[in-house]
Amino acid sequence: MSLSKKILDLLARDARHTPYQIAAMLNEDEERVAQEMARLEKERIIVGYYAVVNWEKAGEEGVTAMVDVKVAPEREVGFDAIANRICRFPEVRDVCLMSGTYDLSVTVQGKDLKDISAFISQKLATMPSVQSTTTHFVLKQYKLEGFIFDEKEADRRLVVSP
Amino acid sequence: MSKGDKYLSRAVLDLAPSGIRRFFDVASQMEGVISLGVGEPDFVTPWHIREACFDSLERGYTMYSSNQGIIELREEIAKYMYRTQGLSYDPEEEVLITVGVSEATDLILRALLMPGEEVMIPEPSYVSYVPCTIMAGGKPVILCTDAEHEFRLTAEELAGKITEKSKALILSYPNNPTGAIMEREDLEALVDIIIKHDLIVISDEIYGELTYGGKKHVSIATLPGMKERTIVLNGFSKAFAMTGWRIGYACGDPDIIGAMNKIHQYTMLCAPMMGQRAALEALRHGESEMLRMVEDYDRRRRLVLKGFREIGMPCFEPEGAFYVFPSIARTGLSSVEFSEKLLREEKVAVVPGDAFGSCGEGFIRCCYAYSVEHIQQALDKINNFIDRNEKKTP
Repeated sequence: MSLSKKILDLLARDARHTPYQIAAMLNEDEERVAQEMARLEKERIIVGYYAVVNWEKAGEEGVTAMVDVKVAPEREVGFDAIANRICRFPEVRDVCLMSGTYDLSVTVQGKDLKDISAFISQKLATMPSVQSTTTHFVLKQYKLEGFIFDEKEADRRLVVSP
Repeated sequence: MSKGDKYLSRAVLDLAPSGIRRFFDVASQMEGVISLGVGEPDFVTPWHIREACFDSLERGYTMYSSNQGIIELREEIAKYMYRTQGLSYDPEEEVLITVGVSEATDLILRALLMPGEEVMIPEPSYVSYVPCTIMAGGKPVILCTDAEHEFRLTAEELAGKITEKSKALILSYPNNPTGAIMEREDLEALVDIIIKHDLIVISDEIYGELTYGGKKHVSIATLPGMKERTIVLNGFSKAFAMTGWRIGYACGDPDIIGAMNKIHQYTMLCAPMMGQRAALEALRHGESEMLRMVEDYDRRRRLVLKGFREIGMPCFEPEGAFYVFPSIARTGLSSVEFSEKLLREEKVAVVPGDAFGSCGEGFIRCCYAYSVEHIQQALDKINNFIDRNEKKTP
């Protein structure tokens, strides 16, 4: 496995790992790891870092919807041009091209139902190549980005054992 | 005279209390302790194994199994031993499922020992061997291992301690508490002595899957002439993160396994059925997840080793288990003093090396089955502690 793959592996699990820690864990030079991380960031292989937040628990009310979008592909650029345009809206969290009965899966975040329906009816559905939208509101999030929200697996080990 | 003294057996009264137990009592009373003191994985048992247990409960697997354990599990163990070590065991007669390696250790010692016969035990090592030998009527003979030889047992040490009463040798590599391993040539150096003196080897390989840096565990049973005189003990606790399930096994000569089973049927009857069903799942489908855990330990092993070396605590590179065993010599403190003081002043729990035998004096056992963040915090605190407690040279 290449060094960059190993670094990505570690950071994808916990972005707080420092170059020192990564270097120690991989038995590599710290400077080299730092350079490699900088390269990965510069080339946008590492696109960003963020915390996985349980907003509901934080007391922040918000609404998330997953919107199935059917679009007419365009000559030369297929779905990419419309997908990239949809990506630009700050309300949009994720955009994926899907196989199956619709084309783009768009995850939208807003402060309430009205907020999201306004975005869909006024901005998303009105885009020229968008043919239809089907909106599914998220009722409860159980797991996000690999993290289980209601985690019951605390460290239950004794403090000291043989 | 207290009531205890009056009613209790002399054998039990004379047993030394576990050094770990005493330390646990202190540490568990304190709030906010950052521990490096455990002897088990930080992973919870992989989900598919837990699912297999639910399924077995739903299907009513809640009864006794045969004394030897369910045949499917014994067959899987035989296959696993062949796959990993090239060792062939007959699941009908040469494999016994036990309640962890702990029970297996007790069984084999009781099956083998006549009063006064000697069991050679390399130290530092797991805390059960000496008391189990005593309770089985045998006499423990301690073989010292040291940092200079990376805590491997040498032929000289073994040869020097053999007497007419020597009956068995316990090997527990990869080792708790040192993380030491025995490579093929280390084991080969012992074989002639073992055969010449007709010793039985009790090879506790519970950490056998946890080796690092490309070093694969070698069972002494794979060496010529050794399979027939070696009882291999292993289990699911460490490799598959299943400590609480209490499932272990013993593989070896059918007469010896039969004798162990004789004791087992009267004292334990069988290992828990649910645990056996879960262990079956672990062997059938758990290897990839196990390897992922091993890789994860390896990364943290390097982090913690580098950390101790940077603090200035000399530490040989452990290539197995999930412990490092750094020297505390530069503080001039005994391992118990060091550990108690560290706990009081920095609230970090480590295990004093002498809890694993007097050869462990001058060292502490630190487990790295913790998150990177937790390890880093503990290392920072140990660093502060060392700064304050460095031995003043006159």
